[in-house]
Amino acid sequence: MFSAVESLMRTVKSLSRDPMGFLGLGLVVMFLLMAMLAPLISPFDPLKINVQSKFMEPSLAHWLGTDQLGRDTLSRIIYGSRTALSISLTATGLAGICGLLLGLVAGFGPRWLDNVFVLLFDSISSLPMIMFALAVITVLGPGTGTLIVVIILISAPGYARLIRAQTLTLKNSDFVLAEKSMGASSGRIILLHLLPNVVGPLVIILSMDIPVVIMLEAGLSYLNLGVRPPTPSWGNILYDGYTSIRSSPTLVIAAGAPLVLATLGFTFLGEGLRDALDPKLQLMSLR
Amino acid sequence: MSEAILRIENLSIGYDAGICQIHALRSATLEAHAGEVIGIVGESGCGKSTLAAAIINLLAPNAIINSGSIYYQGTDIFSLNKDAQRKLRGQDIAMVFQDPMTTFNPVLTLGDQLIDFQQHLEGVSISEKRIRATNLLARVGIPDPSLCMKRFPHELSGGMRQRASIAAALLMQPNVLVADEPTTALDVTMEAQIIHLLRELRSDYQGAIIVVTHHLGVVAELCDRVYVMYAGQVVEQGLVDDIYHAPKHPYTSALIACDPAHFEEHTPILPTIAGRLPDLMNPPQGCSFAARCVLANELCRTTVPPWVKISQTQSALCHKASQ
Repeated sequence: MFSAVESLMRTVKSLSRDPMGFLGLGLVVMFLLMAMLAPLISPFDPLKINVQSKFMEPSLAHWLGTDQLGRDTLSRIIYGSRTALSISLTATGLAGICGLLLGLVAGFGPRWLDNVFVLLFDSISSLPMIMFALAVITVLGPGTGTLIVVIILISAPGYARLIRAQTLTLKNSDFVLAEKSMGASSGRIILLHLLPNVVGPLVIILSMDIPVVIMLEAGLSYLNLGVRPPTPSWGNILYDGYTSIRSSPTLVIAAGAPLVLATLGFTFLGEGLRDALDPKLQLMSLR
Repeated sequence: MSEAILRIENLSIGYDAGICQIHALRSATLEAHAGEVIGIVGESGCGKSTLAAAIINLLAPNAIINSGSIYYQGTDIFSLNKDAQRKLRGQDIAMVFQDPMTTFNPVLTLGDQLIDFQQHLEGVSISEKRIRATNLLARVGIPDPSLCMKRFPHELSGGMRQRASIAAALLMQPNVLVADEPTTALDVTMEAQIIHLLRELRSDYQGAIIVVTHHLGVVAELCDRVYVMYAGQVVEQGLVDDIYHAPKHPYTSALIACDPAHFEEHTPILPTIAGRLPDLMNPPQGCSFAARCVLANELCRTTVPPWVKISQTQSALCHKASQ
C-alpha cells in the first residue's frame, strides 16, 4: 500500500513539471469539488421555479441570471457538474472494467472465443456512435441509466481491443511461461500477472475518454434523449439557452463554458498522465 | 542403480507445420536419478529445448506427441489430467529459463512473485512464505535479500536475476530441476558464477538437475552424465569423463574437436563440422549424422544404427561404435 501512495506522489510530482497537465489537474479538481460540494456552494435550489423572475440578467443575487422558469443558472450549472461527472465517471469506469475483462479473456482464452469476441467488438465499433445511441435509447427509453448503458456499449469494445492486443503480446512472454512452469492456473495468471501489466495504458485511455463521454452526455441531453428534465445537465441547460438565445444569451454561455473547461481539463490531465507515466519520457525530462 | 526419478522412454515429438510435421524429437530415451546432474548437449535445432519443454510438460500448442512416455517416480505424466499436471509443475519439476531478463513479471516486485510461486503450499502464512523466499535468495548468494524482495526485476542485474530465478525454481523443493540454457544469456563472468552456484547447490540438493546447453564447458564443469543429441535423437550417453576422453559417436568427437578450449596452438581457422543438419521434415533413412560423418559408409546411409553398449555406463547410436 505504501508503494502505491509513493508512486501516486511521484506521478503528481512529475505532472507538476508539465504546465498543461497541471492546469488539467487543477480544472478537474475544481469540477470534482464543485460536484461534491454542490449542496453547500450553490446559492439556490436548482429545481425551484420562480416564473416571475424568468430570464434575468446576471445580478448580485443571480450571478449567472435565471432561465425561462426563473431557476438560478449558477445553481443549475453547479448541479449540472454533478450529473456530468457522475455519469461520465461511472460509465467510463464500468466500460473500462467490462473492456478489461473481455479483452483479457479474448486475449488469453482459446482461439475460437477470441474470434467471437473480436467479431462482436468490430461489429459494435462499426456502427455510427450517435445512430447506435439513438437505437438503444429508443428501445430502453431515455434516462440516466440508459445513458450509462449506451456509453458502456459504445466504448467498452475499444478498451477490450486495446487490452486484447496487449494480452496477446504478453501471453507468449517468458514470465507467463515461468508462471506456468510453477504450476499457476490460467485464472491466476490473468488476474495476478496480466492484469497489472495491462491496466496502466487503460487508465490513460480512460482519463482521455472522460471528456468524450461528458460531451456525449451533454449532446444526448441536449437532444432530450439523455438526462430527463428537471434534473440539471449542461446539455439540457444548453438546449434551454438555445431556444431563447436571442432574448437571453447568458444561458448558452453559462452552460457552454463549463462544458469546454471540463473537456479541456480532462484532456490535459489525460495527456499529462500519459507523459508522466511513460518511463521513457520521464527519463528524457530528467536529463 | 536406484530407481530413476525421471525416465523418458522412446519419446517422439513433432511440430505441426501445416502440410507436414517437423520431427523435433525422435525416440529419445533418458534417465535421471536423485542427486545426479544430467547434461543434454547438442547444437541448435537438435531438440534440446523440446525435450526440456516436454519434461516440464509445457510444449507449444502445435506440438504432437507421436509416441513414448515420461515417467516421474513411476507415473506416466502424460496420463495425468491437466490439473494434476499443473500441480506437478513447480512442486515436483521446476525450470530455470534461458533469459533472466524476461522470466519475471516486470510490474510486480520480486518478493510478490516469489511469494506467489508458493501458491500450492498449504497452511503456510504469507509472512512465512516471505521468510522462505528471503532465505532462499540468501542461499543463492544475493546480498541483502530482504531489500531484493522489494525490488522490481528491472532493478537487478542479469546475474542477480538468474540467481533469483534459480531461487524461484528451488522454492518448492522440486525433485527435478530443469535448467534450459541457464547461462546462455549471461556474459562469461556471470556464467562462471552461476555454474559455481549450481555446483554448490548440488551438495545439499536431493533431486536431479538436468542442464540443457550447447556449451561443452558448462557440461564438463557441472554434470555427472551427458546425453549428446543430434537431429532430434540422443546419439550418445555416458559419464562426463567417458564422453570427453573417449567419445564413441563421430558426432561427439567432432563436437569436442570444435571446442576452442581444446586447442593447444594458435589456429587461424576454427574447425567446424562440414555440412548441416538434416531436414527434420523428412529425417534420413539411415543414421541422421551419416551425411556429415567422415566414417560413414553405405550401411550408415541406409540402415538405422543400433544402440551399441560400450561399457556399463556408456552407449552410442552408431554402427561403428563397437570398432
